[in-house]
Amino acid sequence: MKLFFSFIKKEFFHVFRDKKTLLLLFGLPIAQILLFGFALTNEIKNTQIMILDEAKDLASQRVIEKLGQSAHFDIAQEVYTREEIERVFQEGKVKLAVIFPVGFNHDLQHLKTAQIQLIADAADPNTANTLTVYASAIIGEYQQELMPIDAVFMQIQTELHLLYNPELKGATNFVPGVMAMILLLVCVLMTSVSIVKEKEMGTMEVLLVSPFNPLMVIVSKAIPYLVLSIVNLTMILILSVTLLDMPIKGSLGLLYAESILLIITALALGLLISNVTNSQQIAMLVSLMGMLLPTLLFSGFMFPIENMPLILQVISNAVPAKWYYIIVKSIMIKGLGFMSIWKETLILLGMTTFLLVMSLKKFKIRLE
Amino acid sequence: MNTLLFLLQKEFLQIFRNKVMLRIIIALPLIQLIILPQAADFEIKNIMIAVVDHDHSIYSQHLVKKITASGYFKLTSMSESYPSAFEEIESDKADLILEIPNGFERNLSRENVQSLFVVVNAINGVKANVGGAYLGRIISEFNQEIRLDWVVPQRVNAFPTIDVRTQNWFNPDMNYDLFMVPGILVFLVSMVGTYMCALNIVKEKEVGTIEQINVTPIRKYQFILGKLIPFLVIGIFVFSVGLFAVARIMYGITPLGSYVLIYSYLFVFLIAVLGVGLLISTYSATQQQAMSLAFFFLMIFILMGGLFTSIDSMPEWAKWITYLNPLAYFIDVMRLVVMKGSGFAQIQYHFYVMIGFAVVLNTWAVLNYKKTS
Repeated sequence: MKLFFSFIKKEFFHVFRDKKTLLLLFGLPIAQILLFGFALTNEIKNTQIMILDEAKDLASQRVIEKLGQSAHFDIAQEVYTREEIERVFQEGKVKLAVIFPVGFNHDLQHLKTAQIQLIADAADPNTANTLTVYASAIIGEYQQELMPIDAVFMQIQTELHLLYNPELKGATNFVPGVMAMILLLVCVLMTSVSIVKEKEMGTMEVLLVSPFNPLMVIVSKAIPYLVLSIVNLTMILILSVTLLDMPIKGSLGLLYAESILLIITALALGLLISNVTNSQQIAMLVSLMGMLLPTLLFSGFMFPIENMPLILQVISNAVPAKWYYIIVKSIMIKGLGFMSIWKETLILLGMTTFLLVMSLKKFKIRLE
Repeated sequence: MNTLLFLLQKEFLQIFRNKVMLRIIIALPLIQLIILPQAADFEIKNIMIAVVDHDHSIYSQHLVKKITASGYFKLTSMSESYPSAFEEIESDKADLILEIPNGFERNLSRENVQSLFVVVNAINGVKANVGGAYLGRIISEFNQEIRLDWVVPQRVNAFPTIDVRTQNWFNPDMNYDLFMVPGILVFLVSMVGTYMCALNIVKEKEVGTIEQINVTPIRKYQFILGKLIPFLVIGIFVFSVGLFAVARIMYGITPLGSYVLIYSYLFVFLIAVLGVGLLISTYSATQQQAMSLAFFFLMIFILMGGLFTSIDSMPEWAKWITYLNPLAYFIDVMRLVVMKGSGFAQIQYHFYVMIGFAVVLNTWAVLNYKKTS
């Protein structure tokens, strides 16, 4: 046991001696959680639109005014011909064109029906769709204004309640996701590289011929990163609560327990990678290039998993970050207890066991 | 010149000798390019809705039928009580609850006004927003319909209506792959460039072979060029396979604009991105450090590049960060040229900025690379 502790001590020395890596290890997650917590949003606001007003009458002015007042839109410029619209779209800044045909107000007053054309830059289909929905809603409001008051009858009013995130902040959705990504990737990377480094430098042989159980060598390598990750987690949580106004509605203890579970999953994955690779570069490539995008996409915080083709939905189940993301959302934002997340926990636990068993099987005492 | 050729020969030998590495550099990005765009579909469909109908009237049944027939919503359950519907929100089975109060139909016809209650899970703001807007539209259409049933035709005509016509340009089929594939390709190519370049030089430092190079009369710029060119070639190769084999054959995407324009931009872009890699390598002593730095920058590049979330919606200070992100420019250029057929005139600003990046980053890297430590 004493031997084990001295090994752990050695590993801590290794970590603390390399000041630059240490700084990165702590600095990166903090910078990222702040940056992304404040900057990332799926929401659409201040989108630049252009107006082609061939009518130039009272009604068109009123609609333009209403569009300009909306937080979603920013009237960037006025164009005068339809050819200009295409040219402006090609520069890529403006995403929507609103066209009022000649005689808009006249048609509205006398023919009782008038047309507005919306041309969306559908290069990004989502944005195009959302923009037209928003613009139509604003035009609909104007149409309501035109109705005489006594004509309002059989009116259905809709009362909308926004649960969990009434201000519709991006952070509520992104912080749990970025947390999952950072914890997972940093742990996988650091463990896999630190073990492979010993192999590359040749010091692994020295460790393996020592009277110490070789398995313990590996375990003692993982422990400093476990500790560092818990410190990281604490800092991320403090920042999210104080600066990003994230709630922690559920139990903090449960949140920690689940996070430690994820960290152990990541460490196990790191061990497995380090056992099957021989050079730092390959270990890094596999753990970063191989995992960055899949973790980002399959955890479900960027893109809804239920939209994916069935096969990808199946694949997404193998990504630990997905389960952790569900767990964190449930605990922090919804304030649910263990009973609601035992299934996800069990899955993570199963993954961890599987990864540990695999890496033990692949672990070789002899080096080629 | 001769020196440079020898250096290049050495680098290429080293790269081709490491077969495992070579396979990873080429296969990993391409596999991801094949799979990932299909996962990046953000179209708001399949909104799960739970309905609590206390009214059980013809109107309420009508409304529910209209909602499910719209194609945007999937009915998860018709429950009797609000708490059981709320449980579905908690377990993520439902995104929305529509509660139709008792006496909905009666109140509408007698008192001419009646409320419906909509509860939205707003953790994902967009889904909440768009889901709410869709539902609002369906409800007001329903509202119009029941009014029409009641009213003498002349009176209806008295209301002015605005007919909104929508056109979707550049992508009338609303095909999401067309938007994602060029962007993801850019990210994968820059990942290959930055990593490989940063790690390669640091490895020489770690193993000690850089000392041997330092004591030779090789100039700084020759050394850096020797490292840059091989990765430039690999980057162009990976990009071409992605563009022709994956984007064109698998996804059927052919750029509307000119290939010459895309490739000349790629060339400048790769020099800039490799400059980032070089710069990272001059600031780190071990591969671990280089990797953490590269990881940091790539995370920022990808999330602040407009690939998945729109840059326009970011706060002002965050937009300034995106102005310093080379990826943001190239992603934009790819989408402009591939989907809209923009020419040089429209993207010349992007061009000048990227040339600026390439010059500044590489000069900085050369100046910061010291032969003596």
